[in-house]
Amino acid sequence: MPLASYQTSVPVVVDDAKCIADKGCTVCVDVCPLDVLRISDMTNKAYMAYDECWYCMPCEADCPTGAVTVNIPYLLR
Amino acid sequence: MALDQIVDGLSEVSCDVLVIGGGTAGPMAALKAKLKNPKANVVLLEKANVKRSGAISMGMDGLNNAVIPGYATPEQYTKEITIANDGIVDQKAVYKYAQNCYKIVEELDSFGIRFLKNENGDYAVKKVHHIGSYVLPMPNGETVKKALYRQLRRARILISNRYMATRLLKSSDGRIAGAISVNTRTAEMLVIKAKAVILCMGAAGRLGLPTSGYMFGTYENAANSGDGYAMAYHAGAALANLECYQINPLIKDYNGPACAYVAGPFGAFTANNEGSRFIECDYWSGQMMLEFYNELLSGKGPVFLQLKHLHPNTIEEIETTLHKVERPTRGLFQQGRGVDYRKESIEMHISEIGFCSGHSASGVFVDDNARTTVPGLYAAGDMASVPHNYMLGAFTNGAVAGIDAMEFADSHDFADFDAADVAKERDRVMAPTKREDGIPPNQVEYKTRRLVNDYLQPPKVTRKYELGMRRLAETRQDMQEHMIARNAHELLRALEVQSIMDCADMAVHASLYREESRWGLYHWRTDFPEKDNENWFCHTLLSKQDGKMTSEKRAVEPYVVPIADDEKDLYDKQRIRATA
Repeated sequence: MPLASYQTSVPVVVDDAKCIADKGCTVCVDVCPLDVLRISDMTNKAYMAYDECWYCMPCEADCPTGAVTVNIPYLLR
Repeated sequence: MALDQIVDGLSEVSCDVLVIGGGTAGPMAALKAKLKNPKANVVLLEKANVKRSGAISMGMDGLNNAVIPGYATPEQYTKEITIANDGIVDQKAVYKYAQNCYKIVEELDSFGIRFLKNENGDYAVKKVHHIGSYVLPMPNGETVKKALYRQLRRARILISNRYMATRLLKSSDGRIAGAISVNTRTAEMLVIKAKAVILCMGAAGRLGLPTSGYMFGTYENAANSGDGYAMAYHAGAALANLECYQINPLIKDYNGPACAYVAGPFGAFTANNEGSRFIECDYWSGQMMLEFYNELLSGKGPVFLQLKHLHPNTIEEIETTLHKVERPTRGLFQQGRGVDYRKESIEMHISEIGFCSGHSASGVFVDDNARTTVPGLYAAGDMASVPHNYMLGAFTNGAVAGIDAMEFADSHDFADFDAADVAKERDRVMAPTKREDGIPPNQVEYKTRRLVNDYLQPPKVTRKYELGMRRLAETRQDMQEHMIARNAHELLRALEVQSIMDCADMAVHASLYREESRWGLYHWRTDFPEKDNENWFCHTLLSKQDGKMTSEKRAVEPYVVPIADDEKDLYDKQRIRATA
């Protein structure tokens, strides 16, 4: 069976201007319990690659530059 | 090389004690094992990152079950937990916890975790339970994980993050020999030989599907997919009372604690839509949850946590706690809904089902030394069978497990395992990556958990369970033959679905075996609506025997603390009755 991709609006948002992943920072990627954040090959900034969020906050709380914002996933907002 | 790209690799390491799971019980078990024998190698394996993993990822607001001298005695606590669990309790382990937990509180205090004290400098213990007082707030509860991590580094525990354990290894004579794991970002496999293994892998929190439909919006940390239960089962360990589900009261849709344990001691209470109390006590028991469920369906629902009647300063204090620790996005959620605690009550609901001894009484069967039925294999925390563990139980029993496991490791050599077991497991783990075409893990998981909701949620109806069993078997077949994983992250989810499926099967089997109703809503069987002490005043132990899921009865150990006949049903009287 062929696969289709499924659109979702992801809860974790990263401010590219503040994110220092391009300088080697991986804090948010490291701490996420669900392992859903990645560094983009194109922008070298962090982003939410998988919409599998427990809206728990370590990514936002531990980000050294305040670049990460956790929103409540739309389905339960 | 890019993260998540699949690498086909296999390596092997060894250690004296292997602790699997770095949430709450795991770090304490690793620490105590290492302190017991500083020369030994202790490895702490974690699917996520020990810095922020587990139920207390963002800390905890307090201890829910602290037995503090001057406020409560181990005898009183043991009695309360026995009554709250309908008597099906091996008291020895509960009593040992009650005796040891104060030392652990003092130790946590020495780590820099503070506990609320009154003006005299005594611990300010609050009352939430039906009988005694055991709740102790933690003013800097958000720092718990950091404090633990410092201790782990200081003791030089070897931490391996992002490795998911998948199966345990045993010798031909049945002793534990180690574990097989897989890197969650590369899919490389790692065999860890160990003399003793401690499972601290948390609840089975991704069993039911939240009513919001968001698969990861679970009550428990969504990383807790029940892998520990599945691993223990496949290793032949016994699991106790799995029919005693965990169901929690929660903030509707947000699906996290409301949290009556925090707000209750300040005067908040659970109310129906008339603003009236309907339960005597906010302490979570199956009987309390049944009244909650009944109220929701009675026309007097929804159910609310009411605190708007309190003084604004009190509300602010509660709000600060709720929005700072454990689940800090509670504030964001309420803000989004425009709910101000000063004006409006918090709409509550009950959670999806799960397994978790943190709040109920099921789990991998352990004795008072945290030993499972497999020699050299231990379990602690939410997945082990000591009832109503909460966070302090995880710490205390984790400590017990760590010390006993190191004693075991010191007196045993490595056990041999069959290399064919590793090869077989490698084939199972990697199977979804070998298929070109098929069903992705998220669809298999959604369907499995939707079936759990449709057929397994209490009230438990035999006919529904039989149908559920058939639907789950069909989905299992799809999972085994058609599930695909296109990268290492999808493989992680594919492996988790297999744990979830195993837990669902165990939930069905255990529930059908116990032919009575017990623990209020947790095991309410409509075909056997009464409690049957004559035939079922016993534990049930589920295990894999000759490849088949089997259940048997096990007698409750003689009580250490006797319970008088007129005390036995104290938790049955949860509903507030109108008085003439």
